[in-house]
Amino acid sequence: MSTITLKAHRGIGAEVEGIALAAADNFSARYDLDRINGVFSRPQHALAGQNYVGRILVLNAAKGGVATAWMLREMAARKKAPLALLLNFANPIMAQGAAFGGIPLMDRFEDDVTSLIHSGDRVRVIPERGEVIITRG
Amino acid sequence: MTKLKLNDYEQSLLAGAEGKPRQNAMRQLVSVGEFFDAPDLVEISQVHLMADGEALGVACVEFLEELAKSPKTERTVRVPTITDPRGADFSAYERIKQDKSFVEIERRAIAAFRSLGVLMTDTCINYQTITPPVKGEHLAFGDTGSSIYANSVLGARTNFEGGPSALAAALTGRVPRYGFHLDSHRRGHTRFVVEHQPQDLSDWGALGGIIGRRMKSYFEVPVIEGIAGSPTSDEIKHFGAALASFGSTALFHMVGVTPEAPDLKSVFDGKPPQATTITQDDYRKFFGTFGVGDDKLDVVVFAAPQLSLIELDQLGRLLDGKKVHQGVTLIAATSPEIKNGADRLGITAMIENAGGLLLEGVCFYQMHAREIGEANGWKRLMSNSAKIVNILGGYGYETVLGSMARCVDSAVAGRILK
Repeated sequence: MSTITLKAHRGIGAEVEGIALAAADNFSARYDLDRINGVFSRPQHALAGQNYVGRILVLNAAKGGVATAWMLREMAARKKAPLALLLNFANPIMAQGAAFGGIPLMDRFEDDVTSLIHSGDRVRVIPERGEVIITRG
Repeated sequence: MTKLKLNDYEQSLLAGAEGKPRQNAMRQLVSVGEFFDAPDLVEISQVHLMADGEALGVACVEFLEELAKSPKTERTVRVPTITDPRGADFSAYERIKQDKSFVEIERRAIAAFRSLGVLMTDTCINYQTITPPVKGEHLAFGDTGSSIYANSVLGARTNFEGGPSALAAALTGRVPRYGFHLDSHRRGHTRFVVEHQPQDLSDWGALGGIIGRRMKSYFEVPVIEGIAGSPTSDEIKHFGAALASFGSTALFHMVGVTPEAPDLKSVFDGKPPQATTITQDDYRKFFGTFGVGDDKLDVVVFAAPQLSLIELDQLGRLLDGKKVHQGVTLIAATSPEIKNGADRLGITAMIENAGGLLLEGVCFYQMHAREIGEANGWKRLMSNSAKIVNILGGYGYETVLGSMARCVDSAVAGRILK
Protein backbone atom coordinates (compact mmCIF):
# COMPACT_ATOMS: atom_id res chain seq x y z
CA MET A 1 0.00 0.00 0.00
CA SER A 2 1.42 3.42 -0.98
CA THR A 3 0.12 6.94 -0.74
CA ILE A 4 0.86 10.02 -2.84
CA THR A 5 -0.14 13.53 -1.73
CA LEU A 6 -0.98 16.16 -4.37
CA LYS A 7 -1.16 19.88 -3.63
CA ALA A 8 -3.60 22.28 -5.28
CA HIS A 9 -5.33 25.60 -4.66
CA ARG A 10 -7.73 25.61 -1.73
CA GLY A 11 -11.02 24.15 -2.96
CA ILE A 12 -14.74 24.26 -2.22
CA GLY A 13 -16.79 21.78 -0.17
CA ALA A 14 -16.35 19.00 2.36
CA GLU A 15 -13.73 16.24 2.61
CA VAL A 16 -14.68 13.02 0.75
CA GLU A 17 -13.07 9.71 -0.22
CA GLY A 18 -13.88 7.51 -3.19
CA ILE A 19 -12.81 5.90 -6.47
CA ALA A 20 -11.49 8.04 -9.33
CA LEU A 21 -12.73 8.17 -12.92
CA ALA A 22 -10.03 10.02 -14.87
CA ALA A 23 -9.35 11.15 -18.44
CA ALA A 24 -7.42 13.86 -20.25
CA ASP A 25 -10.60 15.49 -21.54
CA ASN A 26 -12.77 18.44 -20.56
CA PHE A 27 -16.09 18.70 -18.73
CA SER A 28 -19.54 20.23 -19.03
CA ALA A 29 -22.61 18.73 -17.33
CA ARG A 30 -24.94 19.87 -20.11
CA TYR A 31 -22.76 19.05 -23.09
CA ASP A 32 -21.19 15.76 -22.00
CA LEU A 33 -23.62 13.89 -19.76
CA ASP A 34 -26.80 11.85 -19.91
CA ARG A 35 -27.84 13.06 -16.46
CA ILE A 36 -30.86 10.76 -16.29
CA ASN A 37 -28.80 7.59 -16.62
CA GLY A 38 -25.61 8.94 -15.06
CA VAL A 39 -23.27 8.27 -17.98
CA PHE A 40 -21.06 10.31 -20.29
CA SER A 41 -23.10 10.62 -23.48
CA ARG A 42 -21.07 12.77 -25.89
CA PRO A 43 -19.65 10.23 -28.36
CA GLN A 44 -16.39 12.17 -28.75
CA HIS A 45 -15.71 12.32 -24.99
CA ALA A 46 -12.88 10.15 -23.65
CA LEU A 47 -15.26 8.74 -21.01
CA ALA A 48 -18.20 8.12 -23.41
CA GLY A 49 -20.49 5.40 -22.07
CA GLN A 50 -18.91 5.33 -18.59
CA ASN A 51 -20.93 5.77 -15.41
CA TYR A 52 -19.81 8.75 -13.31
CA VAL A 53 -22.26 8.50 -10.38
CA GLY A 54 -20.49 8.52 -7.01
CA ARG A 55 -17.05 8.73 -8.66
CA ILE A 56 -14.37 11.34 -8.13
CA LEU A 57 -14.17 12.81 -11.60
CA VAL A 58 -10.69 13.82 -12.70
CA LEU A 59 -10.65 15.87 -15.91
CA ASN A 60 -8.77 18.70 -17.56
CA ALA A 61 -10.84 21.90 -17.88
CA ALA A 62 -14.39 23.08 -17.34
CA LYS A 63 -15.93 23.81 -20.73
CA GLY A 64 -19.14 24.93 -22.34
CA GLY A 65 -22.31 26.41 -20.98
CA VAL A 66 -23.59 27.87 -17.76
CA ALA A 67 -26.23 25.21 -17.01
CA THR A 68 -23.77 23.14 -14.97
CA ALA A 69 -24.22 25.62 -12.11
CA TRP A 70 -27.84 24.50 -11.57
CA MET A 71 -27.32 20.95 -12.76
CA LEU A 72 -24.83 19.87 -10.09
CA ARG A 73 -27.38 20.53 -7.33
CA GLU A 74 -30.17 18.86 -9.29
CA MET A 75 -27.94 15.83 -9.97
CA ALA A 76 -27.02 15.64 -6.27
CA ALA A 77 -30.71 15.74 -5.28
CA ARG A 78 -31.42 12.76 -7.59
CA LYS A 79 -28.31 10.90 -6.40
CA LYS A 80 -26.85 11.08 -9.92
CA ALA A 81 -23.88 13.32 -9.15
CA PRO A 82 -20.15 12.64 -9.04
CA LEU A 83 -18.71 12.52 -5.52
CA ALA A 84 -16.20 15.30 -6.26
CA LEU A 85 -14.60 17.14 -9.16
CA LEU A 86 -10.83 17.47 -9.62
CA LEU A 87 -9.83 19.62 -12.59
CA ASN A 88 -6.67 21.21 -13.87
CA PHE A 89 -8.68 24.36 -14.61
CA ALA A 90 -12.12 25.08 -13.18
CA ASN A 91 -14.14 27.99 -14.53
CA PRO A 92 -16.56 30.20 -12.59
CA ILE A 93 -19.55 28.03 -13.53
CA MET A 94 -18.00 24.94 -11.98
CA ALA A 95 -17.08 26.85 -8.82
CA GLN A 96 -20.56 28.39 -8.55
CA GLY A 97 -22.21 25.02 -9.14
CA ALA A 98 -19.99 23.32 -6.56
CA ALA A 99 -20.75 26.01 -3.97
CA PHE A 100 -24.50 25.84 -4.67
CA GLY A 101 -24.73 22.07 -5.07
CA GLY A 102 -22.46 21.05 -2.21
CA ILE A 103 -20.08 19.08 -4.45
CA PRO A 104 -16.38 19.26 -3.51
CA LEU A 105 -14.21 20.89 -6.18
CA MET A 106 -10.47 21.44 -6.47
CA ASP A 107 -8.26 22.77 -9.27
CA ARG A 108 -4.86 24.34 -10.00
CA PHE A 109 -2.73 21.31 -9.07
CA GLU A 110 1.05 21.47 -9.11
CA ASP A 111 1.08 19.24 -12.20
CA ASP A 112 -1.40 17.75 -14.69
CA VAL A 113 -3.91 16.05 -12.39
CA THR A 114 -5.28 13.87 -15.23
CA SER A 115 -1.89 12.18 -15.52
CA LEU A 116 -1.31 11.90 -11.76
CA ILE A 117 -4.60 10.20 -10.86
CA HIS A 118 -5.77 7.08 -12.73
CA SER A 119 -9.24 5.58 -13.03
CA GLY A 120 -9.72 3.12 -10.18
CA ASP A 121 -7.41 4.91 -7.74
CA ARG A 122 -8.77 5.41 -4.22
CA VAL A 123 -8.64 9.15 -3.60
CA ARG A 124 -9.18 11.33 -0.52
CA VAL A 125 -10.13 14.93 -1.35
CA ILE A 126 -9.48 17.63 1.28
CA PRO A 127 -10.60 20.97 -0.23
CA GLU A 128 -9.96 23.01 2.93
CA ARG A 129 -6.24 22.10 2.86
CA GLY A 130 -5.94 22.06 -0.95
CA GLU A 131 -4.79 18.44 -0.75
CA VAL A 132 -5.57 15.15 -2.48
CA ILE A 133 -4.23 11.81 -1.19
CA ILE A 134 -4.03 8.85 -3.61
CA THR A 135 -3.88 5.32 -2.17
CA ARG A 136 -2.62 2.48 -4.39
CA GLY A 137 -1.83 -1.17 -3.95
CA MET B 1 -13.91 34.84 8.80
CA THR B 2 -13.56 35.60 5.10
CA LYS B 3 -10.39 36.98 3.54
CA LEU B 4 -12.49 39.10 1.16
CA LYS B 5 -12.67 42.78 2.05
CA LEU B 6 -16.36 43.56 2.61
CA ASN B 7 -17.91 46.99 3.24
CA ASP B 8 -20.55 47.64 5.92
CA TYR B 9 -23.46 46.83 3.60
CA GLU B 10 -21.90 43.55 2.48
CA GLN B 11 -20.99 42.62 6.07
CA SER B 12 -24.56 43.22 7.18
CA LEU B 13 -25.94 40.98 4.42
CA LEU B 14 -23.49 38.26 5.38
CA ALA B 15 -24.52 38.59 9.02
CA GLY B 16 -28.17 38.06 8.05
CA ALA B 17 -29.40 41.57 8.86
CA GLU B 18 -31.56 41.61 5.72
CA GLY B 19 -32.85 38.06 5.86
CA LYS B 20 -31.85 34.53 4.95
CA PRO B 21 -32.05 34.79 1.12
CA ARG B 22 -29.55 37.66 0.98
CA GLN B 23 -27.36 36.01 3.64
CA ASN B 24 -27.20 32.75 1.67
CA ALA B 25 -26.55 34.70 -1.53
CA MET B 26 -23.65 36.53 0.11
CA ARG B 27 -22.21 33.25 1.44
CA GLN B 28 -22.19 31.85 -2.11
CA LEU B 29 -20.47 34.93 -3.49
CA VAL B 30 -17.85 34.79 -0.76
CA SER B 31 -17.21 31.10 -1.36
CA VAL B 32 -16.64 31.61 -5.10
CA GLY B 33 -14.66 34.81 -4.48
CA GLU B 34 -12.29 32.99 -2.12
CA PHE B 35 -11.86 30.14 -4.63
CA PHE B 36 -10.66 32.66 -7.24
CA ASP B 37 -8.69 34.87 -4.78
CA ALA B 38 -10.96 37.91 -5.31
CA PRO B 39 -9.86 40.89 -3.17
CA ASP B 40 -13.40 42.19 -2.68
CA LEU B 41 -16.84 42.46 -4.28
CA VAL B 42 -17.91 44.82 -7.06
CA GLU B 43 -21.26 46.58 -7.51
CA ILE B 44 -23.17 45.53 -10.62
CA SER B 45 -25.85 47.31 -12.65
CA GLN B 46 -27.81 44.42 -14.21
CA VAL B 47 -28.23 40.66 -14.10
CA HIS B 48 -28.98 38.19 -16.89
CA LEU B 49 -30.17 34.95 -15.33
CA MET B 50 -30.06 31.55 -16.99
CA ALA B 51 -32.62 29.16 -15.48
CA ASP B 52 -34.46 27.00 -17.99
CA GLY B 53 -36.52 24.12 -16.67
CA GLU B 54 -34.14 21.47 -17.97
CA ALA B 55 -31.18 22.96 -16.11
CA LEU B 56 -33.24 23.59 -12.99
CA GLY B 57 -34.92 20.23 -12.62
CA VAL B 58 -37.42 19.69 -9.82
CA ALA B 59 -34.84 20.19 -7.04
CA CYS B 60 -33.87 23.70 -8.11
CA VAL B 61 -37.49 24.73 -8.85
CA GLU B 62 -38.32 23.71 -5.27
CA PHE B 63 -35.37 25.83 -4.11
CA LEU B 64 -36.83 28.83 -5.99
CA GLU B 65 -40.31 28.21 -4.59
CA GLU B 66 -38.92 28.18 -1.05
CA LEU B 67 -37.14 31.46 -1.79
CA ALA B 68 -40.40 32.93 -3.09
CA LYS B 69 -42.07 32.24 0.28
CA SER B 70 -39.70 34.67 2.04
CA PRO B 71 -40.99 38.13 3.02
CA LYS B 72 -41.07 40.52 0.06
CA THR B 73 -38.42 42.79 1.59
CA GLU B 74 -36.04 39.83 1.80
CA ARG B 75 -36.65 38.23 -1.59
CA THR B 76 -36.90 41.13 -4.07
CA VAL B 77 -33.96 41.56 -6.43
CA ARG B 78 -31.78 44.65 -5.90
CA VAL B 79 -30.82 45.35 -9.54
CA PRO B 80 -32.70 44.88 -12.85
CA THR B 81 -32.74 41.15 -13.51
CA ILE B 82 -33.75 39.59 -16.84
CA THR B 83 -33.85 35.98 -18.03
CA ASP B 84 -32.26 33.71 -20.62
CA PRO B 85 -34.52 31.48 -22.80
CA ARG B 86 -37.02 29.19 -21.12
CA GLY B 87 -37.47 25.48 -21.70
CA ALA B 88 -40.96 25.60 -23.23
CA ASP B 89 -42.93 27.85 -25.57
CA PHE B 90 -46.42 27.75 -24.00
CA SER B 91 -48.12 28.49 -27.32
CA ALA B 92 -46.23 25.86 -29.34
CA TYR B 93 -45.15 22.99 -27.07
CA GLU B 94 -47.83 20.62 -28.36
CA ARG B 95 -46.68 21.11 -31.96
CA ILE B 96 -43.28 19.66 -31.09
CA LYS B 97 -44.65 16.95 -28.78
CA GLN B 98 -43.07 18.41 -25.68
CA ASP B 99 -44.14 16.62 -22.52
CA LYS B 100 -46.58 18.60 -20.36
CA SER B 101 -44.47 17.95 -17.28
CA PHE B 102 -41.74 20.16 -18.76
CA VAL B 103 -44.27 22.94 -19.27
CA GLU B 104 -45.44 22.59 -15.68
CA ILE B 105 -41.86 22.94 -14.41
CA GLU B 106 -41.58 26.15 -16.42
CA ARG B 107 -44.83 27.54 -15.00
CA ARG B 108 -43.61 26.92 -11.45
CA ALA B 109 -40.22 28.49 -12.12
CA ILE B 110 -41.76 31.56 -13.76
CA ALA B 111 -44.18 32.08 -10.83
CA ALA B 112 -41.26 31.91 -8.39
CA PHE B 113 -39.08 34.28 -10.44
CA ARG B 114 -41.89 36.82 -10.81
CA SER B 115 -42.36 36.89 -7.05
CA LEU B 116 -38.68 37.81 -6.74
CA GLY B 117 -39.14 40.71 -9.18
CA VAL B 118 -37.33 39.05 -12.09
CA LEU B 119 -38.30 40.30 -15.58
CA MET B 120 -39.03 37.30 -17.84
CA THR B 121 -37.39 38.49 -21.05
CA ASP B 122 -36.49 34.90 -22.04
CA THR B 123 -33.71 35.81 -24.41
CA CYS B 124 -30.02 35.09 -24.92
CA ILE B 125 -29.67 38.09 -27.27
CA ASN B 126 -30.47 40.67 -24.60
CA TYR B 127 -27.51 42.73 -25.86
CA GLN B 128 -29.34 43.11 -29.19
CA THR B 129 -32.89 43.39 -27.91
CA ILE B 130 -33.22 44.61 -24.29
CA THR B 131 -30.45 46.77 -22.77
CA PRO B 132 -27.03 46.67 -24.43
CA PRO B 133 -24.37 47.22 -21.73
CA VAL B 134 -21.83 50.04 -22.08
CA LYS B 135 -18.03 50.02 -21.88
CA GLY B 136 -16.76 49.53 -18.34
CA GLU B 137 -20.17 48.54 -16.89
CA HIS B 138 -19.89 45.74 -14.32
CA LEU B 139 -22.50 43.00 -14.91
CA ALA B 140 -23.58 39.54 -13.83
CA PHE B 141 -24.45 37.91 -17.16
CA GLY B 142 -25.56 34.32 -17.21
CA ASP B 143 -25.31 33.04 -20.77
CA THR B 144 -21.94 32.31 -22.33
CA GLY B 145 -22.99 34.03 -25.57
CA SER B 146 -24.30 37.17 -23.89
CA SER B 147 -21.26 37.31 -21.60
CA ILE B 148 -18.68 37.07 -24.37
CA TYR B 149 -20.55 39.67 -26.46
CA ALA B 150 -20.84 42.10 -23.53
CA ASN B 151 -17.17 41.70 -22.58
CA SER B 152 -15.64 41.67 -26.04
CA VAL B 153 -17.84 43.68 -28.40
CA LEU B 154 -19.21 46.20 -25.89
CA GLY B 155 -16.29 46.42 -23.44
CA ALA B 156 -18.46 45.71 -20.40
CA ARG B 157 -17.21 43.48 -17.56
CA THR B 158 -18.62 40.15 -16.48
CA ASN B 159 -17.63 36.60 -15.66
CA PHE B 160 -19.87 33.69 -16.60
CA GLU B 161 -22.46 33.86 -13.83
CA GLY B 162 -24.41 30.62 -13.80
CA GLY B 163 -28.03 30.74 -12.57
CA PRO B 164 -27.40 30.35 -8.82
CA SER B 165 -24.69 32.98 -8.71
CA ALA B 166 -26.58 35.35 -11.03
CA LEU B 167 -29.48 35.04 -8.58
CA ALA B 168 -27.09 35.71 -5.68
CA ALA B 169 -25.85 38.78 -7.58
CA ALA B 170 -29.44 39.93 -8.12
CA LEU B 171 -30.26 39.63 -4.40
CA THR B 172 -27.14 41.50 -3.28
CA GLY B 173 -26.19 43.78 -6.20
CA ARG B 174 -22.66 42.37 -6.01
CA VAL B 175 -20.28 39.83 -7.58
CA PRO B 176 -16.75 38.83 -6.54
CA ARG B 177 -14.12 41.00 -8.24
CA TYR B 178 -11.97 38.51 -10.14
CA GLY B 179 -11.48 37.42 -13.74
CA PHE B 180 -12.83 39.83 -16.33
CA HIS B 181 -13.78 42.53 -13.83
CA LEU B 182 -10.03 43.18 -13.48
CA ASP B 183 -7.88 45.09 -16.03
CA SER B 184 -5.07 42.57 -15.55
CA HIS B 185 -7.26 39.65 -16.72
CA ARG B 186 -8.43 41.41 -19.88
CA ARG B 187 -5.01 41.34 -21.56
CA GLY B 188 -4.42 39.06 -24.57
CA HIS B 189 -2.70 35.66 -24.24
CA THR B 190 -3.01 33.84 -27.55
CA ARG B 191 -2.80 35.28 -31.06
CA PHE B 192 -4.59 34.15 -34.25
CA VAL B 193 -4.37 35.55 -37.77
CA VAL B 194 -7.37 34.87 -40.00
CA GLU B 195 -6.19 34.17 -43.53
CA HIS B 196 -9.54 33.01 -44.92
CA GLN B 197 -12.44 35.43 -44.36
CA PRO B 198 -15.73 33.96 -43.06
CA GLN B 199 -18.41 34.08 -45.76
CA ASP B 200 -21.65 33.60 -43.79
CA LEU B 201 -22.95 33.02 -40.26
CA SER B 202 -22.00 29.35 -40.22
CA ASP B 203 -18.44 30.33 -41.20
CA TRP B 204 -18.31 32.88 -38.38
CA GLY B 205 -19.45 30.20 -35.96
CA ALA B 206 -16.87 27.80 -37.41
CA LEU B 207 -14.13 30.38 -36.86
CA GLY B 208 -15.24 30.69 -33.22
CA GLY B 209 -15.21 26.91 -32.91
CA ILE B 210 -11.75 26.56 -34.50
CA ILE B 211 -10.27 29.03 -32.01
CA GLY B 212 -12.39 27.75 -29.09
CA ARG B 213 -11.06 24.22 -29.51
CA ARG B 214 -7.54 25.60 -28.96
CA MET B 215 -8.38 27.38 -25.71
CA LYS B 216 -6.92 25.77 -22.62
CA SER B 217 -8.75 27.60 -19.84
CA TYR B 218 -11.48 30.14 -19.08
CA PHE B 219 -8.88 32.79 -18.28
CA GLU B 220 -7.09 32.55 -21.65
CA VAL B 221 -7.94 35.58 -23.85
CA PRO B 222 -7.54 35.07 -27.62
CA VAL B 223 -6.64 37.98 -29.90
CA ILE B 224 -7.79 37.76 -33.51
CA GLU B 225 -6.20 39.67 -36.37
CA GLY B 226 -6.83 39.76 -40.08
CA ILE B 227 -10.58 40.35 -40.18
CA ALA B 228 -11.37 42.46 -43.25
CA GLY B 229 -13.75 45.30 -42.40
CA SER B 230 -16.23 45.09 -39.55
CA PRO B 231 -18.45 42.08 -38.94
CA THR B 232 -22.16 42.68 -38.38
CA SER B 233 -23.71 42.24 -34.95
CA ASP B 234 -25.11 38.83 -36.02
CA GLU B 235 -21.78 37.67 -37.45
CA ILE B 236 -19.81 38.52 -34.32
CA LYS B 237 -22.66 37.07 -32.24
CA HIS B 238 -22.24 33.66 -33.95
CA PHE B 239 -18.45 33.92 -33.65
CA GLY B 240 -18.59 34.72 -29.93
CA ALA B 241 -21.27 32.15 -29.11
CA ALA B 242 -19.24 29.37 -30.74
CA LEU B 243 -15.97 30.53 -29.18
CA ALA B 244 -17.61 30.54 -25.74
CA SER B 245 -19.24 27.16 -26.35
CA PHE B 246 -16.18 25.32 -27.64
CA GLY B 247 -13.68 27.10 -25.45
CA SER B 248 -15.35 28.22 -22.22
CA THR B 249 -14.08 31.62 -23.32
CA ALA B 250 -15.64 34.83 -21.97
CA LEU B 251 -13.49 37.51 -23.66
CA PHE B 252 -11.74 37.95 -27.01
CA HIS B 253 -10.18 40.90 -28.72
CA MET B 254 -10.52 41.45 -32.47
CA VAL B 255 -7.89 43.93 -33.60
CA GLY B 256 -9.42 46.98 -35.24
CA VAL B 257 -12.93 45.83 -34.36
CA THR B 258 -13.50 45.49 -30.59
CA PRO B 259 -13.10 48.49 -28.27
CA GLU B 260 -10.09 47.35 -26.23
CA ALA B 261 -8.08 46.33 -29.32
CA PRO B 262 -7.48 49.38 -31.55
CA ASP B 263 -4.14 47.78 -32.48
CA LEU B 264 -2.02 44.76 -31.57
CA LYS B 265 0.24 46.47 -29.04
CA SER B 266 -2.77 47.67 -27.02
CA VAL B 267 -3.81 44.16 -26.01
CA PHE B 268 -0.53 42.41 -25.17
CA ASP B 269 1.89 43.09 -22.37
CA GLY B 270 5.30 43.17 -24.07
CA LYS B 271 6.05 41.41 -27.33
CA PRO B 272 3.00 39.70 -28.90
CA PRO B 273 3.27 35.89 -28.99
CA GLN B 274 3.72 33.87 -32.17
CA ALA B 275 0.49 33.82 -34.17
CA THR B 276 -1.48 30.78 -35.32
CA THR B 277 -2.79 31.22 -38.87
CA ILE B 278 -6.36 30.11 -39.63
CA THR B 279 -6.61 28.89 -43.21
CA GLN B 280 -9.41 27.72 -45.48
CA ASP B 281 -8.32 24.18 -44.69
CA ASP B 282 -9.06 24.75 -40.99
CA TYR B 283 -12.66 25.63 -41.90
CA ARG B 284 -12.92 22.57 -44.16
CA LYS B 285 -11.69 20.30 -41.36
CA PHE B 286 -14.02 21.94 -38.84
CA PHE B 287 -17.09 21.48 -41.06
CA GLY B 288 -15.90 17.92 -41.65
CA THR B 289 -16.27 17.11 -37.96
CA PHE B 290 -20.00 17.83 -38.32
CA GLY B 291 -20.69 15.73 -41.39
CA VAL B 292 -22.46 12.39 -41.83
CA GLY B 293 -22.23 9.48 -44.23
CA ASP B 294 -25.59 9.76 -45.98
CA ASP B 295 -28.19 12.43 -46.78
CA LYS B 296 -30.96 11.50 -44.31
CA LEU B 297 -32.47 14.56 -42.59
CA ASP B 298 -35.01 14.84 -39.74
CA VAL B 299 -34.92 18.36 -38.38
CA VAL B 300 -33.43 21.74 -39.32
CA VAL B 301 -32.87 24.19 -36.46
CA PHE B 302 -32.06 27.89 -36.45
CA ALA B 303 -31.20 28.88 -32.87
CA ALA B 304 -28.30 29.23 -30.42
CA PRO B 305 -28.17 32.16 -30.35
CA GLN B 306 -31.81 33.15 -30.85
CA LEU B 307 -32.32 34.85 -34.20
CA SER B 308 -32.35 38.62 -34.57
CA LEU B 309 -35.02 40.32 -36.66
CA ILE B 310 -32.49 40.57 -39.50
CA GLU B 311 -31.75 36.83 -39.41
CA LEU B 312 -35.46 36.02 -39.32
CA ASP B 313 -36.04 38.26 -42.31
CA GLN B 314 -33.26 36.40 -44.19
CA LEU B 315 -34.84 33.09 -43.25
CA GLY B 316 -38.32 34.26 -44.27
CA ARG B 317 -37.03 35.38 -47.67
CA LEU B 318 -35.25 32.07 -48.24
CA LEU B 319 -38.44 30.16 -47.39
CA ASP B 320 -40.85 32.45 -49.22
CA GLY B 321 -42.84 30.52 -51.82
CA LYS B 322 -41.29 27.16 -50.84
CA LYS B 323 -42.54 24.21 -48.78
CA VAL B 324 -40.58 22.33 -46.17
CA HIS B 325 -40.55 18.61 -47.06
CA GLN B 326 -43.17 16.60 -45.13
CA GLY B 327 -40.48 14.35 -43.66
CA VAL B 328 -38.52 17.25 -42.18
CA THR B 329 -39.30 19.71 -39.36
CA LEU B 330 -37.90 23.22 -39.58
CA ILE B 331 -37.66 25.21 -36.34
CA ALA B 332 -36.44 28.74 -35.66
CA ALA B 333 -36.23 30.31 -32.19
CA THR B 334 -36.22 33.95 -31.18
CA SER B 335 -37.05 36.23 -28.25
CA PRO B 336 -40.62 37.32 -27.39
CA GLU B 337 -39.84 40.92 -28.42
CA ILE B 338 -38.45 39.90 -31.80
CA LYS B 339 -41.32 37.44 -32.32
CA ASN B 340 -43.75 40.34 -31.92
CA GLY B 341 -41.79 42.28 -34.53
CA ALA B 342 -41.72 39.29 -36.87
CA ASP B 343 -45.49 38.85 -36.48
CA ARG B 344 -46.11 42.53 -37.20
CA LEU B 345 -43.85 42.58 -40.25
CA GLY B 346 -45.21 39.39 -41.83
CA ILE B 347 -41.98 37.45 -41.32
CA THR B 348 -43.61 34.82 -39.10
CA ALA B 349 -46.17 34.19 -41.83
CA MET B 350 -43.41 33.72 -44.43
CA ILE B 351 -41.75 31.07 -42.24
CA GLU B 352 -44.91 29.30 -41.12
CA ASN B 353 -46.63 29.36 -44.53
CA ALA B 354 -43.64 27.40 -45.79
CA GLY B 355 -44.26 24.84 -43.05
CA GLY B 356 -41.65 26.10 -40.58
CA LEU B 357 -42.17 26.76 -36.86
CA LEU B 358 -41.14 30.01 -35.21
CA LEU B 359 -40.78 29.54 -31.45
CA GLU B 360 -40.49 32.38 -28.95
CA GLY B 361 -38.68 32.70 -25.65
CA VAL B 362 -36.86 29.38 -26.04
CA CYS B 363 -33.71 27.95 -27.54
CA PHE B 364 -33.68 24.46 -29.01
CA TYR B 365 -30.99 22.94 -26.80
CA GLN B 366 -32.56 24.41 -23.64
CA MET B 367 -35.95 22.76 -24.16
CA HIS B 368 -35.28 19.11 -23.36
CA ALA B 369 -33.74 18.44 -26.76
CA ARG B 370 -33.11 14.76 -25.99
CA GLU B 371 -36.73 14.05 -25.07
CA ILE B 372 -38.32 16.01 -27.94
CA GLY B 373 -35.91 14.28 -30.31
CA GLU B 374 -37.09 10.89 -29.07
CA ALA B 375 -40.79 11.93 -29.16
CA ASN B 376 -40.52 13.12 -32.78
CA GLY B 377 -38.03 10.55 -34.05
CA TRP B 378 -35.42 13.22 -34.75
CA LYS B 379 -31.85 11.96 -34.98
CA ARG B 380 -30.26 13.77 -37.91
CA LEU B 381 -30.14 17.53 -37.32
CA MET B 382 -28.86 20.34 -39.53
CA SER B 383 -28.16 23.92 -38.46
CA ASN B 384 -26.16 26.99 -39.40
CA SER B 385 -25.14 27.39 -35.72
CA ALA B 386 -21.74 25.98 -34.80
CA LYS B 387 -22.75 26.26 -31.16
CA ILE B 388 -25.83 24.07 -31.49
CA VAL B 389 -24.19 21.34 -33.54
CA ASN B 390 -21.54 21.19 -30.82
CA ILE B 391 -23.98 20.91 -27.95
CA LEU B 392 -26.47 18.50 -29.49
CA GLY B 393 -23.91 15.79 -30.12
CA GLY B 394 -24.19 15.12 -26.38
CA TYR B 395 -27.99 14.85 -26.67
CA GLY B 396 -27.95 11.92 -29.07
CA TYR B 397 -28.23 13.85 -32.34
CA GLU B 398 -26.08 13.42 -35.44
CA THR B 399 -25.41 17.00 -36.44
CA VAL B 400 -24.49 18.73 -39.69
CA LEU B 401 -23.27 22.30 -40.02
CA GLY B 402 -24.20 24.29 -43.12
CA SER B 403 -25.11 27.79 -44.26
CA MET B 404 -28.63 29.12 -43.72
CA ALA B 405 -29.33 28.79 -47.46
CA ARG B 406 -28.07 25.19 -47.57
CA CYS B 407 -30.13 24.30 -44.49
CA VAL B 408 -33.28 25.75 -46.07
CA ASP B 409 -32.66 24.04 -49.41
CA SER B 410 -32.08 20.75 -47.59
CA ALA B 411 -35.28 21.17 -45.53
CA VAL B 412 -37.23 21.71 -48.75
CA ALA B 413 -35.56 18.80 -50.55
CA GLY B 414 -36.05 16.48 -47.56
CA ARG B 415 -32.41 15.42 -47.56
CA ILE B 416 -29.01 16.90 -46.79
CA LEU B 417 -27.77 18.68 -49.90
CA LYS B 418 -24.07 19.11 -50.59
